[in-house]
Amino acid sequence: MQAFLDALFLQAGYNAVLVTLGAALLGFAAGAGGSFLFLRKRALVSDAVAHATLPGVGIAFIIMVALGGDGRSLLGLMAGSAVTAWLGLVAVEWMVRRTRLSEDAAIGAILSVFFGVGVVLLTVIQTMSQGRQAGLESFLLGSTAGMLYQDAVLIAGGGAAVVLAIWLLRRPMTLVAFDPGYAAARGVNVRRVDLAMMGLVLAVTVIGLKLVGLILIVALLIIPPVTARFWSERAEAVVWSAGVLGAVSGWIGAALSASAPDMPTGPIIVLIAAALFALSLLFAPSRGVLASILSRRAFQTRVHRRQGLLALSRSEPIHDPLTLRILSREGLIRLDGVATDTGRAAGAKIARDERRWSVARRLHHDTALTGRYDGLTPIEEVFTQDEIAHFDARIARMGMG
Amino acid sequence: MADLKLISAPTVLDPASPLAVRGLTVTYGEKPALFSLDATFPAGAMSAIVGPNGAGKSTFLKAALGLIPRVSGEVLVFGRDVDRARDRIAYVPQRASVDWDFPTTALDVVLMGLYGQLGLWRRISAAQRAHAHACLDRVGMADFAPRQIGQLSGGQQQRVFLARALAQQADLFLLDEPFAGVDAATEAAIIDVLKSLKAEGRSVVAVHHDLSTVTQYFDHILLVNLRRIAEGPVATTFTADTLSETYGGRLGALQIEGLALSGS
Repeated sequence: MQAFLDALFLQAGYNAVLVTLGAALLGFAAGAGGSFLFLRKRALVSDAVAHATLPGVGIAFIIMVALGGDGRSLLGLMAGSAVTAWLGLVAVEWMVRRTRLSEDAAIGAILSVFFGVGVVLLTVIQTMSQGRQAGLESFLLGSTAGMLYQDAVLIAGGGAAVVLAIWLLRRPMTLVAFDPGYAAARGVNVRRVDLAMMGLVLAVTVIGLKLVGLILIVALLIIPPVTARFWSERAEAVVWSAGVLGAVSGWIGAALSASAPDMPTGPIIVLIAAALFALSLLFAPSRGVLASILSRRAFQTRVHRRQGLLALSRSEPIHDPLTLRILSREGLIRLDGVATDTGRAAGAKIARDERRWSVARRLHHDTALTGRYDGLTPIEEVFTQDEIAHFDARIARMGMG
Repeated sequence: MADLKLISAPTVLDPASPLAVRGLTVTYGEKPALFSLDATFPAGAMSAIVGPNGAGKSTFLKAALGLIPRVSGEVLVFGRDVDRARDRIAYVPQRASVDWDFPTTALDVVLMGLYGQLGLWRRISAAQRAHAHACLDRVGMADFAPRQIGQLSGGQQQRVFLARALAQQADLFLLDEPFAGVDAATEAAIIDVLKSLKAEGRSVVAVHHDLSTVTQYFDHILLVNLRRIAEGPVATTFTADTLSETYGGRLGALQIEGLALSGS
């Protein structure tokens, strides 16, 4: 426990501090960069990119050994993985453009072929004398064990560079994700923006290879944006809060992993991200599960209130005890059930609302809108002032007013 | 007839026109969607592009903007190449083209219209925010600024898209079926805004599907069905002859008589 707290609060030595900071920066880059994939609805492409890194790791190792090195330089392995990941990405794009395959099928094909090649290469490397100590299998699930100082600097620096690039490209990427046709009309090169977005994802994947591993980096790209979406209706807020969620996951995960070096880092980071996701799923305002239960309860109250007020406006007796309780609690009726002045005014307003709705449903051919008539929603929430004036004019003409 | 039209094709495109095309051909695969189309829209006017479904109306707008490749043809916007005139064009695409669950508010969508001014780094200033609010107000949507766009009706979404175009302060507005599936109040609000744009001297070109409102809304018309059938002022061009040539058997004779300004 003490070891974990030391690592969490950056007291566990210089190297561990760098690893923790690196994991946080990587998490931020993954969350924010992944948000654009999520908004562009291309999250699965990152899975193909991640799996396509493996052959690159193997080939880079073999080349470095052939050139007389020990093959463990992280920079070299990252460069190799970036090359095959890029090839995988290009292959997916090419298949979608040139054949009738859909993108998900192309992703499935590329992902499995590249990963298969990578596993074969790793098996070959295991038979080489330098291969056994190389620890390349840690690239599958990630590890902080045996990480060198320069590796940690590389990860932290790379993460920071990606975050900066995301900040610079946030506007064109948002524009393209929301409305590519409009973006193109404004002179934005949609294809180039898409390529830049994929380049960022590729960079996150390659930088995160050592720490999180190629199998789970996808989770770090996708879970934080999905979590952030629970909390916001604005793209910018989703992007940066996904970054923060990813950073927190990376920080805590790296600290845990540093205090228990046998555990692979990737799964721990992803489990933290998943815990944040579960919390959001349950407790987020308006989009969360709990909020929807509460709003159903509130809805029930509104139904009873509205029915009660309609009954008041028609001078009908109210029998439902819940309705009576709600109305008297709000001072709309006296204890003997007679409407107060506020109650009468509220009843009259609702009766007018009903008349407007009935005209709206007759006039308006937008069923998505009139479909929102539920006997509860005030008409001002759905229609603009000029639309309502239009309804009132019709009511006056029909002599219903 | 066809020969006459070939002869009447302009030899030089009018540089004063907000949008002029010559010999525009667009194909999907090997099937032409537009064939050797000429058109010259007048400045400071409201122009309609009219024709049956699949006649190439939306394709025309997209090809003019360079959103889809053209096989041949020349397009000039205010006498310049489209790519060098993009700042002067505001495009309102068909409503169906976006994801309505996208996390963005009505105000955010309008702010996207300022993309050209903002570039990559600059922060959105208070004045720009106020300008975006004013654009929402102009289409009657000021109260809906913080609303997520999926919670708006089709008509309201269309108004927000128009506000985004207004925010650009462009000189040429290209609208793709702005009145498709919107309510009467929205249609009236949109047409008011378009007329005020025209009063400011700006040019409006809209793909339009409702023949009954052509004479009421527009000054200039391009009738299109794969190629240009007729083009000119609505008063002289929107006739029974040109309509029946554009729509073929799709419109009954009585319907055409009711719509057109003057018979043959």
